[in-house]
Amino acid sequence: MAKLTGRELYVDDIPSADHLWGATVRSPSARGRITGVDFGSGVDWSEFVVVTAEDIPGRNAVFLMEYDQPALADGYVRHIHEAVLLLAHPSRETARRAAKLVTVHVETESPVLDFCAEPSTEDIQYGPDNVFKRILIEKDDVEAALAAAPIVVEGEYFTGSQEHVYLETQGMRAHVDGDVVVIQGSMQCPYYVLKALKPMLARDESEIRIIQTPTGGGFGGKEEYPSMIAGHAALLALKSGRPVKLIYDRWEDMAATTKRHPSRVRHRTGVDEQGRLLAQDIEVVLDGGAYLTLSPVVLSRAVIHAAGPYACDAVRIDGRAMLTNAVPFGAFRGFGAPQAFFGLERHMDVVAERLGMDPVEFRRINLIRDGQQTATGQTIKDGVDRLEVLDSALRSSDWTARRAEFDRQNADDPLIKRGLGLAMVHHGAGFTGNGELMLQSVVHVAGTQEGGVEVRTASVEMGQGMTTIFTQLAADRLGLDADSVAIAQPDTHRVPNSGPSVASRTSMVVGFLVEQACDDLRRQLGLADDVRGSAVTEAIKAWYSDSSSADLIGESTYEQPHHIDWDEETYLGDAYGAYAWAAYVAEVEVDLRTYGTRVTNFVAVQEIGRVLNETLARGQIQGGVAQGISWALLEDFRWQDGAMQNCQLTNYIIPTSDDLPPIQVEFLETPYPFGAQGSKGIGELPMDGPGPAIANALAHALGIPATAIPITPERLMGELDSIAALEAS
Amino acid sequence: MSQQTNGPVRGDLPVTGDTIIFRCQLNGVETEIEVDPAERLLDTLRYRLSLTGTKEGCAEGECGACTVLMDGLPVNSCLILSFQAADRQIDTVESLDEAVLAPFLEGGATQCGACTPGVVITANWLLENRDLLDTHRIRELMAGNLCRCTGYDGIVDSIEAALKADGAGGSA
Repeated sequence: MAKLTGRELYVDDIPSADHLWGATVRSPSARGRITGVDFGSGVDWSEFVVVTAEDIPGRNAVFLMEYDQPALADGYVRHIHEAVLLLAHPSRETARRAAKLVTVHVETESPVLDFCAEPSTEDIQYGPDNVFKRILIEKDDVEAALAAAPIVVEGEYFTGSQEHVYLETQGMRAHVDGDVVVIQGSMQCPYYVLKALKPMLARDESEIRIIQTPTGGGFGGKEEYPSMIAGHAALLALKSGRPVKLIYDRWEDMAATTKRHPSRVRHRTGVDEQGRLLAQDIEVVLDGGAYLTLSPVVLSRAVIHAAGPYACDAVRIDGRAMLTNAVPFGAFRGFGAPQAFFGLERHMDVVAERLGMDPVEFRRINLIRDGQQTATGQTIKDGVDRLEVLDSALRSSDWTARRAEFDRQNADDPLIKRGLGLAMVHHGAGFTGNGELMLQSVVHVAGTQEGGVEVRTASVEMGQGMTTIFTQLAADRLGLDADSVAIAQPDTHRVPNSGPSVASRTSMVVGFLVEQACDDLRRQLGLADDVRGSAVTEAIKAWYSDSSSADLIGESTYEQPHHIDWDEETYLGDAYGAYAWAAYVAEVEVDLRTYGTRVTNFVAVQEIGRVLNETLARGQIQGGVAQGISWALLEDFRWQDGAMQNCQLTNYIIPTSDDLPPIQVEFLETPYPFGAQGSKGIGELPMDGPGPAIANALAHALGIPATAIPITPERLMGELDSIAALEAS
Repeated sequence: MSQQTNGPVRGDLPVTGDTIIFRCQLNGVETEIEVDPAERLLDTLRYRLSLTGTKEGCAEGECGACTVLMDGLPVNSCLILSFQAADRQIDTVESLDEAVLAPFLEGGATQCGACTPGVVITANWLLENRDLLDTHRIRELMAGNLCRCTGYDGIVDSIEAALKADGAGGSA
C-alpha cells in the first residue's frame, strides 16, 4: 500500500539534510590514454569536492569476478562514458552543470567495435585474444552426425542490446557514521556491493554497511552497476565528510550503465526426412563490452540453453564473450538465454520449413521426454508433461484455425498481413551448476518479543513480490498470521548473506531456506515438526519471558540436492536443479502502409512447479512477456563508438498500455521437491519466448527471413524490399 | 588528441539563483513557498515540500511518473515550471484516499512502485471522469504512464475492477 500512496521511500526520497549532490565526469573517448583534465570556467571550483583515482584508499577496481574494471579511470579509458572523476556540491543543478565544464583530454587509440570480427594485434586488450570467456559443450561426435545427416540446415541470427528502463533510475546515498561507511540505495545484491567496496575502500565488513532501499525495478540492471555508484558515493562522502547523494538522471543511466549483451548465434542442424534432430552445431558470440562484468556467467547460461528443450544425441555448443570498447554489457533478465533462444527457436521454424513440415510437429517430435538428456547430458526426470504445455498453448491460441484463417486473409488483403508464431523454451532456475553450492546462502528467521518472527535475508524487494512471498512462506510454515511475520530490510549489518536477488532464485532457493529456517526455529523451541500456530507464538513469547535468553534465531544453510551432479571442467552434468518449461504463441498484424507491427494476441503457457501467488506469478509473466515483445519490435539502439546515442525515452521506445495486447497466462504445476512449496523460478522465463515467437509470426505473415531483432518498421521495410528486389531480378 | 568540452551528464536544469513566491492550492491546502523562477514543479514538490511520492522517471514528459493533477487535469510536473502552476489547484498522490486505491493492490497494478504514483493519479482521474470511456479505451487513456514491470494487464484489470465495483462499465 505504501507504493500506491507514494509513501514508500526510495533512495532519492529519504529525508536528508545537509547533503551534497554528486556528479560524474566521464570519458569522451572509446579508448586511449588520458593526457589531462581541465576545469573550465563558469563555476567557483572552491565550492566543490573533487575525487580522482588518487583518492581511492584501496584498490582502484569495482570487484565482482575480477579486478579489471576501475572505479575511476586512472590514466587510460576503455569506453565512452567511463567514469574519470567525481564532483560534489550542495546544489544538484550546479554539480551537474559543473561536470559538463570539465574537459578530459584523451590521446585516442582505435577502438574495437565489432564483436564478431577477428581482433588484430593492436586490438588486444584482454588476455591473448580479447576473449573474456570461451565455453565448449560437446556431446558425441557432431561432425560425424552432420556428415551422416540427410539434411543439414544452416542459419545465422542476431539480437540487439536492450536497456533495462527500470522506472527508478540508479542512485545511492553514502554517509560516514563513526567508523562505518553507510550506503543506502537501489540494488539487487547488497552483498555484491559489500564485496566490491571492501577492497576499494580498504575496509572490512564491520566498517561498511550496505542497506537496500525500496528498489524501483531491477531486471538485472541493478546487479553489477550499483557497486560502481556506491563506490563513487562512498569516495565523495569520505572526502567531503558529508552525506552524498549520487542519483543518475535518465540520460546518464541509459548512457553509462550496463545493458543486455548483443549476440550472434549460428546453427548447423542435421535432421532426417521424418524431422528427427540428428545433430546441433551451435556457435554463440556475445558482445561483452569494455570490462568483464558478469559476461562469463551470462555466456554460461546462453550456451547451456542454446540447444533448447529438445533431445538430440550429437550436440556441440561453442560460445565466447568478446571484449569491445562499448559500454560494458551485463546482467539482464534471462541472462543470455533470450539471445540463445532467439537463434534456436527462429531456426527451428526455418528447419521445419526446409523439411516441408509443420513447425509444431517438428517441435513435438523432438521435445525432450523424461529419461532423455539435454545438451549437457542432464537426464530430465521431473515428471512434467511438456507435450501438454505445448498443446495448451495451441488450444488457447486456436493455433490451427488461426494459422489457416491468416493464410486465407493474407492472400486476399494486400495491406494487412497477419501471422502466428510459436516458441518453446525452458529456463534453469537458480545459479548454474555448482553456483548455489559455492554461494552457501544463509537465512535467519528470528523470533520477536511479541511472539512473531522476522525473516532476515539479503533478498531484495524490487517489484517481484519477495516480501509477499516470504511472508506467505513463513506464515504457512509456522501456522502464523501474515501480520505476525516481518521481513527485514536487507542490511549487511543485520541480515545474513542469502545471495543475490537474481537468476530466478529468490522464491525457489531462498524461499526454501526460509522454510527450513522456520523449522530450525521450531526445533530450538523444543517443539515437534508439526506444531503450528498459537503454540509457536506462545513458545516464542515464553523464550523471551526469560530476559537472560539469547536472541532466538532459526538458521538454515544451502545444501545441494543430491540429484545435482555438475562438472565445471567439461560443462557436462546437471546444469540446474530444475527447469521451468513454456510454450508461447504470438499473433501479429503488420500494416504494409506503415510497416508497423502490432502484437494482437499473446498466449503464455508455462509449467513452473507450483504457483505460490497467482497475482504475483501472473504479473511476472506478463511483465516479462512485455519486455520480450518490446525487445523484439521496439528497442533500437543508435551506437556511435560503442556509446548509445538515443539515451532518452523520447527516442528509445518502450511500449505504452496501448501498444500491448492483453497477455494470456496459464500455469501448469508439477511440484519440485527442492523449491519452496514445490515452486520453480519464473522471473526470467517469460523473457525467453517472445522474441522468436514474434519473429516466427512475422515470417509466417510476410515470408521474410526475420533473422535479427529488433524488427523495427525500418528493418521490416528493408527485408521486404530485399525480397521484392530478389523476385524482380 | 581528442577534446570534447561537454561531458555526457545532461542535467540541464537551469537555476537563476533568484527566488520568487509561489502560491497554490496544494492537496486542498493553501501553500506559499519561495522557489527559483526556473524551478520545475516536480522539484518544488519533492525537494522543497517533501512530497516525494511524485517521481522523476525521464524528465522530459515521456514516462508519466511525475504526473500530478493541475486544476483537475493530469500533467507531467517535470514539464511545468512552478510559477506556471501559480494560483492553480495541484493534487499529488499524497492526496489520494487509501480506500480508492484498494483495487490497485488486489489487481496487481503495482510491482516496483516507481511508476505507481503517476499511474494511480491518472487512473483516479479516469475513474472520476467516466464519460471519457464513451469515446476512449482504458489503454488509450493510460498510455501516458509507462510501466516496465506489469505489462499493463494488472493496471488495466484494476481499473476495470474499480469501475465494476461502482457498477459502471468500460472497455479496455
